[in-house]
Amino acid sequence: MARTLTILQAINEALDQEMARDSSVIVMGEDVVGGSGAEGEMDAWGGPLGVTKGLYGKYGDRMLDTPITESAFIGAAVGAAASGLRPVAELMFSDFVGVCFDQIYNQAAKFRYMFGGRAETPVVVRTMYGAGLRAAAQHSQSPYSIFTHVPGLKCVMPVTPYDAKGLLIQAIRDNDPVIFFEHKGLYETEGEVPEQSYSIPFGEANVVREGNDVSIISLGLMVHRSLEAAETLAGEGIQCEVVDLRTTSPLDEDTVLESAENTGRVVVVDEAPPRCSIATDISALIAQHAFDALEAPISLVTAPHTPVPFAGVLEDQYMPDATRIAAAVRSVAGYAP
Amino acid sequence: MALTKDDLLKAYRLMRTIREFEERVHVEFAAGEIEGFVHLYAGEEACAVGVMLHLTKADRIASTHRGHGHCIAKGVDVPAMMAEIYGRATGSCRGKGGSMHIADLDAGMMGANGIVGGGPPLICGAALAAKVQGTRQVGVAFIGDGASNQGTTFESMNLATVWGLPAIFVAENNGYAEATAADYHIGASSLADRAEGFGMPAATVDGHDFFAVHQAADEAIRRARAGGGPSFIECQVNRYYGHYEGDAQTYRPPGEAEAARANHDCLDMFAGRVTKSAGIEREELDDIDRAVAALIDGSVSSAKADPAPAAADYLTDVYVDY
Repeated sequence: MARTLTILQAINEALDQEMARDSSVIVMGEDVVGGSGAEGEMDAWGGPLGVTKGLYGKYGDRMLDTPITESAFIGAAVGAAASGLRPVAELMFSDFVGVCFDQIYNQAAKFRYMFGGRAETPVVVRTMYGAGLRAAAQHSQSPYSIFTHVPGLKCVMPVTPYDAKGLLIQAIRDNDPVIFFEHKGLYETEGEVPEQSYSIPFGEANVVREGNDVSIISLGLMVHRSLEAAETLAGEGIQCEVVDLRTTSPLDEDTVLESAENTGRVVVVDEAPPRCSIATDISALIAQHAFDALEAPISLVTAPHTPVPFAGVLEDQYMPDATRIAAAVRSVAGYAP
Repeated sequence: MALTKDDLLKAYRLMRTIREFEERVHVEFAAGEIEGFVHLYAGEEACAVGVMLHLTKADRIASTHRGHGHCIAKGVDVPAMMAEIYGRATGSCRGKGGSMHIADLDAGMMGANGIVGGGPPLICGAALAAKVQGTRQVGVAFIGDGASNQGTTFESMNLATVWGLPAIFVAENNGYAEATAADYHIGASSLADRAEGFGMPAATVDGHDFFAVHQAADEAIRRARAGGGPSFIECQVNRYYGHYEGDAQTYRPPGEAEAARANHDCLDMFAGRVTKSAGIEREELDDIDRAVAALIDGSVSSAKADPAPAAADYLTDVYVDY
């Protein structure tokens, strides 16, 4: 039976169900319990935003608070994964990958290949990303393209509670390292979520709105803003097809190309800066494989090539919004050579 | 742990196998038969073997650039290792890893590591797995003096203490991080002092002396298996060759390695002691020497004759091939 849950609740439920099902699943990170060793209550925080709240009471020692040493505990999660556990490590903000990237991209990502197929590393790194909370330059980035670039990593970014639960369960059961991106602006997003356990395969993009005039290819929070733009544009007679990539590695090339071939007009929306990004990657994919179908140049709506600013008036401009997306779509829809 | 005659013969065989393996790789590399980067462990054999004699297959180790000795002592198949160094399909990693990445998880060997300080966090994970699963297994992180300064090492020592992990950190201080002397690059009077600062028992031993390493490792591993948490051992040792094969070693004083080899060699020290006081005859050791030489000869011959990986295999063992 489905109920309405937030993404935060859906993630908690996925962790709960997998920990109940499989005793090799452990959770570790900074304050995932919150209160370890202090004199107040244990599970005081349950993660900085309460995502893991309540799990300590059920799973005790399988919920591990860590020192603020990302190299050690992300590496420990990787080592534990190669030693029979299925750890879910929380890298509080994806911006913090700078202090532990070696353990992700040189160790976890490479074991299977570098050891000739004789190793599995079933680790999940859950991590918060994205701008919009006035958290400024070191707590607001969307660095998924950096991870997507690395062979051996799988990259997932759910945008609904249904997807959050199903994709996280898939991530935990997956035998490769998975980076699970959670947009900090989406935790309170509500949606229908079945009570029972289910998994969603990686590499299957979601066509979240159908339309024949312009394709909007998007990911993360930008899917919601793209849908908002599409709604406005429908009132103007422009029917948009909105594609949510859901996973950037593996990437569902077929769905992207089918949509581009269907409409011949493409806007790619990405919250990250524009160089070497998911937006440029999708654009290159379409240019390579659907060139003949294109009726207009591909348009990219992205953040500028700057760090994320703090002040509201600055950050609001930094993030692509429905207005900018709609403007790009109008331009592409009206393009004539 | 009292050492039986079988233990002593095993220790000698392992140390001799490492020495013979490394001496032969040195020759083959110089002859142009081996490609890539190779870092030899010759001179340091007592460290690996003194520790590994306490471990079972299920215990886990993480190694370094200089990993051949750890692999052999942990029980990785020697011909497969040689084949890996030659880049063969029959290698430990089917030719995809090479010298710096030999691994065999079934043997508890989590990989030589191309990243200085890459191993200690992984060993925290292996030790955590042992603790969560309630086994009595331990994890041993081998590091060099170079990695002794890495943040990953410090973070891991702290984490191992905080979580009470069955982890042992073994620092093989061979005096040089690449070409920079330990006297210069370690900003502490001793590595053991640092470890004590992290709240763990620490020992400093002569890394050429198998018996000293074995004794220190015995205490540390026993403590870890009994739930007593992590320990640290510094093994002070010499390497007989350069940082990598081809290193002219002009940073070392002339004759340093030769003097260590002549006066303080782990195999000579071991042989001298066990033939004097353990009832082992020199002939028994000579027999081992001959058997090891044959093993290494056979490993090199088979590695040279073995097939390269199929070209198409460059796309396998990764989950998606764009």
